[in-house]
Amino acid sequence: MMSLLGKEPINLIITGVGGQGNILISRLLGQAFIEDGYAITIGETYGATQRGGSVASHVRISSEGMVYSPVTPRGKADVILGLEPSESLRILTAFGHPETFVATNTRPIYPLEVAAGEAEYPTRGTLSDLMTGLSRKTWYIDASAIALALGNALLTNIVMTGALIGTGLLPLKRAKIERLIRESFSDERQVVNLHAFDLGYDAVAG
Amino acid sequence: MGIDMDKPGSTQLLMGNEAIARGALEAGIGVAAAYPGTPSSEVIGTLAEVARKYGLYVEWSINEKVALEVAAAASLSGVRAITAMKQNGLNVAFDFLANVALTGTNKGLVLMVGDDPGGLSSTNEQDSRHIARILDLPLLEPATFQEAKDMTKWAFQLSEEISNVCILRSVTRISHGRGKVILGDLPSMEKWAYFDTSKSYAGIAGLATRYHKSIHENQGSIADLYGSTPFNSYSGPERPDLLVVTCGSGWLYATEAVKTLSLEQRVGVLKIGTTWPLPTQFLQQHLAGIDRILVVEEVDPFLETNLKEFVVDRMAGHSYRFFGKASGHIPPYGEINVDSAIDALNNIMSIGYRPREEAYEQKCREAAQHVPPRGLQFCAGCPHRATYWAIKDALRMAGGNGVVAGDIGCYTMGIQATGFSQVKTVHAMGSGMGLASGLGKLEQFHFEQPVLAMCGDSTFFHAAIPALLNAVHNEADVVLVIVDNGGTAMTGFQPHPGVDRDAGGEIRPEINIEKLCESLGIAVTVVDPYDIEATRNAFLEVLENRGKARVVMSRRECALIRAGKRLDPIARVRVDGSKCYGDNCGCNRYCTRIFRCPGLIWDRETLTAKIDEAVCSGCGVCVSICPQSAIVGETA
Repeated sequence: MMSLLGKEPINLIITGVGGQGNILISRLLGQAFIEDGYAITIGETYGATQRGGSVASHVRISSEGMVYSPVTPRGKADVILGLEPSESLRILTAFGHPETFVATNTRPIYPLEVAAGEAEYPTRGTLSDLMTGLSRKTWYIDASAIALALGNALLTNIVMTGALIGTGLLPLKRAKIERLIRESFSDERQVVNLHAFDLGYDAVAG
Repeated sequence: MGIDMDKPGSTQLLMGNEAIARGALEAGIGVAAAYPGTPSSEVIGTLAEVARKYGLYVEWSINEKVALEVAAAASLSGVRAITAMKQNGLNVAFDFLANVALTGTNKGLVLMVGDDPGGLSSTNEQDSRHIARILDLPLLEPATFQEAKDMTKWAFQLSEEISNVCILRSVTRISHGRGKVILGDLPSMEKWAYFDTSKSYAGIAGLATRYHKSIHENQGSIADLYGSTPFNSYSGPERPDLLVVTCGSGWLYATEAVKTLSLEQRVGVLKIGTTWPLPTQFLQQHLAGIDRILVVEEVDPFLETNLKEFVVDRMAGHSYRFFGKASGHIPPYGEINVDSAIDALNNIMSIGYRPREEAYEQKCREAAQHVPPRGLQFCAGCPHRATYWAIKDALRMAGGNGVVAGDIGCYTMGIQATGFSQVKTVHAMGSGMGLASGLGKLEQFHFEQPVLAMCGDSTFFHAAIPALLNAVHNEADVVLVIVDNGGTAMTGFQPHPGVDRDAGGEIRPEINIEKLCESLGIAVTVVDPYDIEATRNAFLEVLENRGKARVVMSRRECALIRAGKRLDPIARVRVDGSKCYGDNCGCNRYCTRIFRCPGLIWDRETLTAKIDEAVCSGCGVCVSICPQSAIVGETA
């Protein structure tokens, strides 16, 4: 299994559309790394929009105790976790390099500009050709479909967190994330969130 | 994760603003007051959450000037206090600040200002640090999350040593970033407030020069107090080829750039945490024997210009070549980042570093062409969209040349397609009403255009009231549209004087905007923007009734709050496939292209409109806009 263990720093960017819950992922992972003694810097980029705009959480993981810039420099992303495919491509073109790994949800959220007929949304084939061509490896996960099958589209972020851990790229234990998920949700929501995490994990590692 | 953890020595992942709040808590503050403004809001928001536990008084004040005055009152009465504001807010508070800086303070008073380089959530990217220099006040700039906490705590001590306000300047990336912070001790002392009437703090005519002299002479002792602070430090070789002098987020960028380019043996980094007044001895020690200096900072060349002055005054016999904003090596506007510092070092040290191979770069440029834009928009079901739709229709019917003066809030987006480009001016809080008051008095110069001013409920209290009273008294011909969504929506729904709760959730008397306006003799028309037709008709009527200041209160709770309360939709909306002709209709996608609610999408297979049920909030407003009546709303 490929792993980024030992790389300094490890740069992870979580991207999506406002309202998809990428901040929850960055805080879960940040907490996990802090507990393991890593120094973490997280930067959130978003515009003035509350919902529906492009958002990205930059998670920079140091085993040397370094505090890095909250925004990743050009071409320095090691892993991109995308909750929306065109946003994954947007981040990959800005921060990727030939060794970047991508794990992306496949379900588009169309920008208003596309519904208005002012812009084109790339086809699934174009998106995957471009992402595969620009990355070392890209995993495509039907995370929204998995979440909807569990009864709630809002579980997409947890499915994708499972997929990220399933890639084995990050030096994090599956059990630790499962514990943090249990601590983050009320009793009645734990089961479905852990299920979402497991299904995401299996979609990549299974 | 709270900031109130009583676990000294433990490591926590905190947002920069949470770290500042924790620093204030560790300093034993009693009072915190602010008006919300991105990126500063979480400082007081976080303290509000722990107010009861730690016996603090925390308030969301009506505006930044009053917030600073409330905090200063505590300081004068022997209780440590903090206020926090964005750069625009500092302008509002500036008048009081410029005077309290002369009379001085008693217990520690810290003013945190969150600057917004690049204007990510602001109308400007003003660099607030100049104000510290104008007023001779100490200025601290944290570069890490740990420093954000530790410097805040120290700022109270500094403030007490010089009996004056201490300014802590953060930027968006520090305030809204997260990183590790090791917690310190929490004091547990009871605080007693008492205003010592044997002292006076009165800035009256005749005393100004004396006060000014004293504060000016204090500069030397502030620089001495900076003497051995760990917030000023040097790392690098003994005799570097180039010295990078930097502060705040600039330090993060410069340090990472030096590491990325493996320049640790050639380039030294001098970190200045105390940027005004400059730490004299520390600088003299580190600038001796240096030839070339690169200054990395956000936004203006503040440190850079002051350093140039410093070397002329204090480093006689030395000569320096400066690189930075004046030389064009660091952009003198916009947000900077690690790449800005890399570019500067690359250029000065002639390294030839490239982050990516040209072939890959080219592939990225081509791929980026396929990524669609995702512009700013009102949320699905946002009442502002409905209000602007009614305004658009009413102004068109009234002759089409009406002027809409905008203001600060989510509804600022009325300048864009999502608000049908109705708004033509946006400046400071309350300025829409002020400009409208002026526009409404141009009749004698043959000005006949209808004039509307927009403001939100929170903005109304913050700064629109004096302008409205001005318009009433001077009989300006204007309509003030108050878009009341029940709180300070843009910054996270903080309460204001029109809400029946305070920062800590305690019940407080609410001030009724309509009654306030009616007491001034203003005719107030209240509308529900979700009822588009009635709202448009109300605007038409108000527009025709010219001559005086009138108010339209467009009231509807923010759609995000509705969603948060999990309220049932008002209507179940669907598109009747037999009536929507799609791209064959002459409407040219009127619903998705013009109305532009994210709940309305275009079906890529049938080429007709469709409701995205995951996004639609069920407000039912779009039902009335389809020329074919193809959008159907069933009462839920």
